[in-house]
Amino acid sequence: MAKVPVQFTLNGSEKAEFVEGGTTLLHALRDKIGDTSPKGGCHQGTCGACSVIIDGELRLSCLTLAETCGGADIRTTSGLAEAGVLHPLQRAFLDAFATQCGFCTPGMIMAAKVLLDHTPNPSREDVVEALSGNICRCTGYEPIIQAVLTAARANSQNAA
Amino acid sequence: MAIRRGRGVAAINYPTGMNLGGDPTQALVHSTPTGNFMVTLSSVDLGQGLKQIMAQICAETIGVPTDRVTIDTADTDTGPHCMGTFASRGTHRAGNAVIQAAKEARQVMLEVAAEELEVNASDLETDGQGNILVKGAPQKSISIFDVALSAHFKRGRSISGRGMFLIPRSYPEKETGAMKPSTCYAHACTVVEVEVDDETGEVTVLTVKNVFEIGRALNPKMVEQQLVGGSWMGISHALYETTEPYYPNRDHGGTDFNQYLMPGPGDLAQTEIIVLERPSADGPYGAKGPGEMCANPQIPAVANAVFDAVGVRIDTLPITPERILRALKAQAAN
Repeated sequence: MAKVPVQFTLNGSEKAEFVEGGTTLLHALRDKIGDTSPKGGCHQGTCGACSVIIDGELRLSCLTLAETCGGADIRTTSGLAEAGVLHPLQRAFLDAFATQCGFCTPGMIMAAKVLLDHTPNPSREDVVEALSGNICRCTGYEPIIQAVLTAARANSQNAA
Repeated sequence: MAIRRGRGVAAINYPTGMNLGGDPTQALVHSTPTGNFMVTLSSVDLGQGLKQIMAQICAETIGVPTDRVTIDTADTDTGPHCMGTFASRGTHRAGNAVIQAAKEARQVMLEVAAEELEVNASDLETDGQGNILVKGAPQKSISIFDVALSAHFKRGRSISGRGMFLIPRSYPEKETGAMKPSTCYAHACTVVEVEVDDETGEVTVLTVKNVFEIGRALNPKMVEQQLVGGSWMGISHALYETTEPYYPNRDHGGTDFNQYLMPGPGDLAQTEIIVLERPSADGPYGAKGPGEMCANPQIPAVANAVFDAVGVRIDTLPITPERILRALKAQAAN
């Protein structure tokens, strides 16, 4: 099959790849570019583990074709830490013990980031709504909800 | 037709580990040339935090900070023997094996330090910070870093240890059938409050109050994390999850996450966790296995709460609206 050139920025860095038509963004990120932070859980858009941020919106990379991402600004969990300092969401997930096996964690953090970008002071209901597309098998969700609320509070204190 | 409220309680005893043909786990510990310690295991960390707990156990036994210990669970082909991390056995079995191996390694470490300091090994103690001191004369000391260098490059000693923990097979007594399937039990009690809609059969869990007796909590935050998740999983088993809703008929089983039901973040009951620590006699530093136990008592508690609410006994899981409505119909017919 003919390969298609695609260029986008990933966590602020320019990336250029040749992908076969029909290649998912998840596959391109993990197996071509080597960013394994998005996880392949169900590969059909039901678990949220592959969530990434494309042009500021939460997207399922397993349902997004890489060839449609030309010129896009793509963000993943692996790009959140700056100069070795964890993002407040990552810090909050650690402090709240909001991860066990860790497979859902990058997707949860992406979903939470988009929420906090749009709604800096979310209610518990806002957090539940934002995480409702992401499945976790281990934690029972409560520690994750608490982590997102804690990160939101930390952000608003820093902003104040 | 009304929404009816019910409360149910259940208590469980849960064995740590299993007992088929004996239940062994092996651990090997060795120091690197710079005095870090490597624990080699075939016991797998699948998210329950086994690596952290084994590092704590090894560090505590040898007398070094936890970050000086590396846990290698890389390969069950080449690693020492473990029956596996299941049956809530990881902390208990592997932990005991690590203690045994670490004690042997610590003894060699103290012997090498004794030669360097020209004292008797029995007069030495560790400070937990990476140093070995003469008891009562702490100004006379040597770092574990230097001890390891000496062992490797000067003394030709291997600071290492072997551990094997075995719960032997228990055979039933011929006359009575009595046997000892486990040496160590964790305990739990759960009270659940539910609302049952007797028109739709739908169950809403309002509160889940759990008390868990888990031996000593070697890492209290990780214990809490596992218990909170386990309580949620118990509710999920009670009301939602099944691969074969009409077992033994395989039809209508969920084939993906859209059809396989689990409670999401919007379906959480108010959950309370209380931990009781009663150190076990044969566990590593008093630990028991809380892993699977913590997802069990919610299930009979929910069944009892449903009975309390609408007077029907559901003895097949999960307790679906369909099963409740069929039971209510049968009850009305009698």
